Amino acid sequence: MKQNAKEAILARIRRATADSPTAPSIPHDFLTHDERNREAILEEFIDRLIDYKAVVTHCSSADLPQTIATACEQLHITHLAIPSDVPSTWLPASVTVLSDDPPLSVDAIDKSDGVLTGCAIGIAQTGTIILDGGATQGRRMLSLIPDRHLCVVFADQVVSLVPEAITRLQEKRTQPITLISGPSATSDIELNRVEGVHGPRTLQVFVVG
Amino acid sequence: MATKTLPMFPQTAKIALADTQLRRNPSKPTTTIRTKRANAVAELPDWEALRAAGSAIKTKVMRNLDEYLLQLEAAVQHAGGHVHWARDAAEANTLLTTLVQATGADKVVKVKSMVTDEIHANDALAQAGIQAIETDLAELIIQLAHEKSSHILVPAIHKNRSEIRDLFLRTIARGQQLTDEPKQLAAAARTYLREQFLTAQVAISGANFAIAETGTICVLESEGNGRMCLTLPKTLITVMGIEKILPIFQDFEVFLQLLPRSSTGERMNPYTSLWTGVTPGDGPQEFHLILVDNGRTNVLASETGRQALHCIRCSACLNICPVYERTGGHAYSSVYPGPIGAILTPQLIGVEHAKSLPYASTLCGACYEVCPVKINIPEVLLHLRGEITAHASPLNPETLAMHQLAQTFATPQRYERAQKLAQRGQRLFMHNGVIDHLPGMLAGWTTARDLAPLPQQSFRDWWREHKAKEQA
Repeated sequence: MKQNAKEAILARIRRATADSPTAPSIPHDFLTHDERNREAILEEFIDRLIDYKAVVTHCSSADLPQTIATACEQLHITHLAIPSDVPSTWLPASVTVLSDDPPLSVDAIDKSDGVLTGCAIGIAQTGTIILDGGATQGRRMLSLIPDRHLCVVFADQVVSLVPEAITRLQEKRTQPITLISGPSATSDIELNRVEGVHGPRTLQVFVVG
Repeated sequence: MATKTLPMFPQTAKIALADTQLRRNPSKPTTTIRTKRANAVAELPDWEALRAAGSAIKTKVMRNLDEYLLQLEAAVQHAGGHVHWARDAAEANTLLTTLVQATGADKVVKVKSMVTDEIHANDALAQAGIQAIETDLAELIIQLAHEKSSHILVPAIHKNRSEIRDLFLRTIARGQQLTDEPKQLAAAARTYLREQFLTAQVAISGANFAIAETGTICVLESEGNGRMCLTLPKTLITVMGIEKILPIFQDFEVFLQLLPRSSTGERMNPYTSLWTGVTPGDGPQEFHLILVDNGRTNVLASETGRQALHCIRCSACLNICPVYERTGGHAYSSVYPGPIGAILTPQLIGVEHAKSLPYASTLCGACYEVCPVKINIPEVLLHLRGEITAHASPLNPETLAMHQLAQTFATPQRYERAQKLAQRGQRLFMHNGVIDHLPGMLAGWTTARDLAPLPQQSFRDWWREHKAKEQA
C-alpha cells in the first residue's frame, strides 16, 4: 500500500513534468553581506530587538554577572533554570539555580521563574536570536516553558543579514534550531498585537561587548 | 473520495455582502496588514532580487519534484524519521489516524496547518475517537465556534472581540470574569492550552518548508504554540503537501525573508523552528512525515497553472484583493480563499467543480505585484477561464450570446440598428442612472455588476452632425 502510493505519486509527477523545459538558473542578486562597521550593525541589532519588544541591556564582559543579577532582581526571579554548561560566573548568588543535568522534568521547568541561556547567532537586520542547541543553549524545552527568557549575546555572534546567518548556521543545520524575534505574540483578535501567549512573555537580552 | 462541486461564487458572495458585520470585520484588518507589509518590504533594497530568486527556486523545485521528494525521504529516514506517501485526502487521513492510534493517545495537539484543513484531518480523527485540539489562537476560535476559516493567516479575521469573548465564556473560560480586551482573551487561551501542551503525547503539524538536501522541516509562527507542539510531545506527525520542498538548506536565506515580510508584515515572525528527524534528548523521539498529493500533481501537469504550487501561503494576495476585502473568505467555499484560492482550488479539485472561482476577480493584477514568489495570478485566472469556455457546450447561453454579438458587429448597418434599439429599450432596465437588471439570458451580466447606459447620442451620430455643421 505504502509503496504503491509512493510510486503512483512519483509516476504522476514524471508524467506532469515530462514536457517542461529545464528550469532557469537561480539569480543570486540579493544582498549577502553588509559593508557597514560593527558598531553600526550592533546598534541596529539592539534597535530592532527593542522594536520587537525585547528588553535589551548592553554591557561589557566584566559587567555581565552584575547585569544578570540586576535583571533577575528586577524580574523577581528566584528560581533560574539553566543549561548545564552555562558558565558559573554568569550566575547570581541570590538565585536558586536549576541546572538541566540530570534533565529537569517539564514540571520543574514550568515552576522556574525564568531561564538563562547563551545563543548561536544574532541577526541585526531582523532583531533575531538563533539557538542551535550548541554551547550554553540547552535543549529547546528549556528556553520555551519558563515565562522569562534571559539570553546572552556576544557582539561577535551578531551578523547583519539573514543570508549571513544561514551561512553560519550550516555547520549545525541538522540540530534542532529556533529563531526567536521578540517575545511570543499574537495578532489573531482584530489584529491587535498581544505580547506573550505561549512562549516566554519576557525576552531579556544582554548584548556583551 | 468523490469531489464535491463548490457553490457558485456570485451566490456565496451575495450572502457575505449582505452580512454587514462580516463586511466590517475583514476590511479593517486587511488594510492594516497591507500597510505593515508595504513598510516591511520597503525596508529591503533587494526585495525584487529576493522575489526573483524565490520564484526561480520554486520553478526548479517543480521541474525536479520527483528527485527532491526522494532526496527528502532519504534524508528524513537517515535522521531517524519515517516517511509516508498519500495520494489523496482519504489515504492521508488513514495514515494519520493509524499513526496516532499506534501511540495509544486519544488526544492530539495541532499546529496551524493548511493541508490538514484541506484534507479535513480533524473530522477523520474525530471519527476514530481522537480529539484534535487546535492550538493557534485563531484556529482555536474557529474550532470552538464550529466555523470555517476565512483567511489563510488569521482564520478568525471575520470575528470581532466581543464575539470571541462570548465564545470563550461558553467554552474554555466558563464561569470566569472576562472582558473583551484582546490581552485578556489571549491569556484565557494560554491558560486552557498550557494544560494541553504539558500533557499531550502526540502533536500534528504542517510544514512551511522542507529541505530536500538535509531533511530539515521548518515551521514559522508567532505565539509559541508551534514550539510547544514541536518540542513537548513524544511523537510528532508532520503532514505536508508535496510542493513544500526547497532544494538546499541555504535557500532559507531567501524564504525566511520573503515569507514573514509578506505575511504578517514583520521583519521576522517571533518564532521559527527547524528540525531534522529526531534528536536524542531534545524534542519528540518519534517523527513521521506524511507527503500528500491530493490533486497537486494535476496542478503540476498544467504548464501555465503549475505556478500556483509555488505559493508559500503568505496571504499577501488576500489582503490586497478588492474582491476579498468585500466578500471575505467564506464566499470562496474553500480552505484557500482569495486570489490564490481562485487559481488553486479549481486546479486541485478540477475546474468543473469550481467553475465560478476563476471569475472571482477583477484582474487588476495587485495580487501578482505583491506575491513574494511572483505567481502571475491574473495569467492563471485567464488560462482557467479559457479552460472553462473551451469545455462549455455550444448551446451555453454565453456562447450563443457571443455568436449573436459577432453577427451584429459584422456590418456597420447591423451595429447601428442594434445601437438604436438598445438606446430606446434600455430605459426599461435603468435604475438611478445605471442598468442594474438585464432580462433573460443577459441577466447573468448584471447580477454582480451595473452597466453604464448607452449615451443618447452615439459617436457615429455626433460625427455625422459635426461633419454636416462643418460643411454648412
